[in-house]
Amino acid sequence: MCSLCGVLGGNEHWADAVARPGVYTRNVERIDRRRERANRVRIANAMLARFGLTISDWQGASFVLATRTGKSEIIEDLGHLWPAAERLCGRPCDPLDPGLIAAAEAAIDD
Amino acid sequence: MTEPQIPRLTPINLLTGFLGSGKTTLLARLLADPALSDAAVLINEFGEVGLDHHLVERIDDTMVLLQSGCLCCTVRGELADAIKDLHSKRERGLVPPFRRIVVESTGLADPFPVLSTIKSDPVLRHHFRPGNVITTVDAVNGLRQLGAYVESNRQVAVADRLVITKADLAPAADVSGLVEKLRGINPDAPLLTASDPSFDVAALVDENLGLRAAVLQSTSGFYCEAPIQLATAQGGVHQSAVTSFVMSVERAIDWTAFGIWLTMLLNRHGDRVLRVKGILNIAGEERPVAIHGVQHLVHTPVHMERWPDEDRRSRIVFIVDGLDVELLKRSFEAFALDRSPVEDAAGPKRSLQERQSSS
Repeated sequence: MCSLCGVLGGNEHWADAVARPGVYTRNVERIDRRRERANRVRIANAMLARFGLTISDWQGASFVLATRTGKSEIIEDLGHLWPAAERLCGRPCDPLDPGLIAAAEAAIDD
Repeated sequence: MTEPQIPRLTPINLLTGFLGSGKTTLLARLLADPALSDAAVLINEFGEVGLDHHLVERIDDTMVLLQSGCLCCTVRGELADAIKDLHSKRERGLVPPFRRIVVESTGLADPFPVLSTIKSDPVLRHHFRPGNVITTVDAVNGLRQLGAYVESNRQVAVADRLVITKADLAPAADVSGLVEKLRGINPDAPLLTASDPSFDVAALVDENLGLRAAVLQSTSGFYCEAPIQLATAQGGVHQSAVTSFVMSVERAIDWTAFGIWLTMLLNRHGDRVLRVKGILNIAGEERPVAIHGVQHLVHTPVHMERWPDEDRRSRIVFIVDGLDVELLKRSFEAFALDRSPVEDAAGPKRSLQERQSSS
């Protein structure tokens, strides 16, 4: 996404650019690629659960972001995740929210 | 005969600095310097630099070739169009094959939109990449400007190279006060003094030094031990809210979680995160990854060859404008670190990596 105007379909997301199994490849290492996506979905879900949202892989090409009532949106990569998440849950997703941090810290301590 | 190589992605350096901070004087010097003989320089106005005695050939209305080999152009309208025009002329062989572009920005401009243009324009992003941001600061007025103007603080915060100008006109005490202030805002951009006899134009655009040495410098330098350093002005009326601090963490970072966390932070507070720069110990990776971001824009992460020293901790420098540093640190630790059990944290991933490198 263009960071100035918010137009979709811009650059590849920076988080995709670190070489590791399943990240750079498009045609080989099918299993690694799926595993990496599954891992992303798992980690993103842990974060999104705090906002009542879920994310799932769609055909290994996009992600589907959904609320508990089924309102959903397709996103291309993780660069589009948070603007879409805020639209769907109707409130800002702020990592500096003290309540959010406290809840995450409590979960780690358990 | 060696054919000059055009790099796959031509770096674009941005020269910025507050009004009257000596940008144009520095630019006039750059234009004549052999170190930039392979560069194209985009300026606002031919008149202000005084090129006549360097002129070799006038290519068209907006473009001239200088004695040093440097191509000098004025920007009319959109910067992106000017760069595309240059690119097109280079491809067609109408201008010498420059290997770098230097863009002069206006004194009040926030440097971020220029960097963003390079990364998001559908043509430019395949041929160009952001290079060093060079910021000039005037030794006579710099301290006052930093106390009064947010733009000035932002320009210093995003700099990869800081150049102090007019140091010969200011009392030594003022210069050292300015240096201290600059260090507080941007702890690891190398500082150069324009009037210094050893001032080297090549050092301004040399990037390896930028990413690597700057990261190393902050690890061994005075910011290393304290996890948080507030470095704002000393309680003046115009106190600036720009704060820089360094986080060091023992535990490895989960790349995906870090990516999700940083995107989330930048989505909400991107305009206030002036700079993120660091060297990360990623779970399951042998080599460190260097990251580098300016506001909403994160440069492509770089896998470094090896760790600079024995210390395997991740170190990240943040320069923020008015964000709560303590919350930011807690948020990072809560969301970005690898929480998988120690035994299998790196095992399977490493074997995959080996398989990849052997194939």
